[in-house]
Amino acid sequence: MYESPLRRPLILGKEVSYHQITEDISVPVEQKPTKWWYLGFFMSLSLLALFFFAIGYLLFTGVGVWGLNKTVDWGWDITNFVWWVGIGHAGTLISAVLLLFRQKWRTAVNRSAEAMTIFAVICAGIFPVLHMGRPWVIFWALPLPNTLGSLWVNFNSPLLWDVFAISTYFSVSLVFWYTGLLPDLATIRDRATGVRRKVYKWMSFGWDGSAKAWSRFELVSLILAGISTPLVLSVHTIVSFDFATSVIPGWHTTIFPPYFVAGAVFSGFAMVLTLLIVLRKAMRLENYITMNHIDVMGKIIMVTGSIVGSAYITEFFMAWYSAVPFERYAFVNRAFGPYWWAYWAMMTCNVVTPQLFWSRKVRNNVLAVFIISIFVNIGMWFERFVIIVTSLHRDYLPSSWSMYSPTFVEISMYMGTFGVFFTCFFLFAKYMPVIAIAEVKSVMKTSSEHYIAKTIAKDKIETEHLKTEAVSENSTI
Amino acid sequence: MGSKTDKYILGFFNDEEILMDALVKVKTTGAKIHEVYSPFPIHGIDDILGYKRSRLSIAAFLFGLFGFSAGLSMQSWMMGFDWPMNVGGKPYLPWPSFVPVTFEFTILCTAFGMVGTFFYASKFFPGQEPRIPDPRITDDVFCIAIKVSEAGDVNLVNSTMLNNGAFEVKTKEVRL
Repeated sequence: MYESPLRRPLILGKEVSYHQITEDISVPVEQKPTKWWYLGFFMSLSLLALFFFAIGYLLFTGVGVWGLNKTVDWGWDITNFVWWVGIGHAGTLISAVLLLFRQKWRTAVNRSAEAMTIFAVICAGIFPVLHMGRPWVIFWALPLPNTLGSLWVNFNSPLLWDVFAISTYFSVSLVFWYTGLLPDLATIRDRATGVRRKVYKWMSFGWDGSAKAWSRFELVSLILAGISTPLVLSVHTIVSFDFATSVIPGWHTTIFPPYFVAGAVFSGFAMVLTLLIVLRKAMRLENYITMNHIDVMGKIIMVTGSIVGSAYITEFFMAWYSAVPFERYAFVNRAFGPYWWAYWAMMTCNVVTPQLFWSRKVRNNVLAVFIISIFVNIGMWFERFVIIVTSLHRDYLPSSWSMYSPTFVEISMYMGTFGVFFTCFFLFAKYMPVIAIAEVKSVMKTSSEHYIAKTIAKDKIETEHLKTEAVSENSTI
Repeated sequence: MGSKTDKYILGFFNDEEILMDALVKVKTTGAKIHEVYSPFPIHGIDDILGYKRSRLSIAAFLFGLFGFSAGLSMQSWMMGFDWPMNVGGKPYLPWPSFVPVTFEFTILCTAFGMVGTFFYASKFFPGQEPRIPDPRITDDVFCIAIKVSEAGDVNLVNSTMLNNGAFEVKTKEVRL
């Protein structure tokens, strides 16, 4: 397939070959982990210990240990849930939507972004389960026959839709990710001997790289991408229904589904950037995850950040335009009430900082991108906090107005989910190919620096040939 | 694809474009191509090998159809017939409320059904001993495999592959 040599290459390096790509990505899996890996892994493990401590304490004492009260009955738990689900949106978006749009740059980032998606959804799922108070009866949320009639679950409830949406999203993302991993696990299998070969043989399902298997594989990837695209969009839409179908001022708004989806893509890409900037440096993958990749993701953050920003303003406008005093108060209270700092933290991080990405200089400065991506992560957390807490804490009845602040249990649980997330991510980065080897190989001839240089060299000869012809024509005149 | 080994002529190539050209030439000798192995998908090779478009998309559609009807009828039966429940005076069969779960169920069945069929058809399952001609084919080597019994003139096949860019041709007893 022809690719203009003017496009920035996706694979850098003066010399690149299929074998080189295999080496670059497989060697970190085969080598002993570095001391930085151990350091990071043990830090994650200690956060994981904190997580188990916090959950143990919570389960033994009950949800009363959280800072929730009668008025603010959703706090950090649901904030964290929505935040983590949002982060879990970039991976499947990158692999599904960008596959349908034939965006080749996805090949270097989709694997790790999808892994991140899966781990983020695990972290997200923990919160609503614990929020139920009695997680050991979680199966009550499923339509299972029971001795009460059977008394079924209420399919009118958006909370139940969430159960289906999140579990479907998790399992389909997992299948998509793992199917894509098979050829690369086979690559590692065929380089390995002994126990490692046995393990990777088990994991790679006997992948044989035959034309038949590739043909099926490509079709399956395409269809999975096709069904995952509406799935990604549906998940955060359904999460937003948890709020939008209620009659709480500040929640009851039709803008929520697209606004939440844009916000999810926004925060997801921010987290992808935060992780990949560290990963490419730590694993020396700068030739594969190039500044070009960082640049395009910066653009996506800028676009989705602008969508989110206009949604904030639209919400405010609609609150005023509705002429409902409760609705108006909810928004004025958000911006100027007791939680003003959360609102303005959200506004600064989500609306102002991504606008810096209009500048190519900023997009091509790794440190600046890293810092902005963290700002976006913080801003998106505050967005969920603002939506949930400021809409609840002053309800219709001023006598029940109250304030909310988290206890150490909520804080430890939130910190603890980072333990869950990073423990999984460190294990993934060590034992799995972090870049889709086969997919990168398939774009090597069209999009690598090495091959583009070859094309240009060839073209130059041709243009020079034309030039001499033109000159000779002139001379005859 | 039995579990027995067979004698194959294996032609190894360094480049997918060279392999494609050689494949066309080898086919003209009358040899029946068993399979081509590559580290990544080679576009256009299905036509040369004569592979028809996989029917997995039909399977996916049928699984999706099953998920759609199962999801919708489950909800309708539970909410409308088995235990009709008055929720805020809403109708017993509020089909707009059934859209999200029906949709998710459709996607779930499509994905699992299709991927399951793919693994079943290709005989991929955990611990399966890989049926590959050479471990290098998942790295940087492309391979044409032809059964000796179906090759016709073995020497002609060998020389055609060597003359068209194969860096190595050998006959090997292997399970493919």
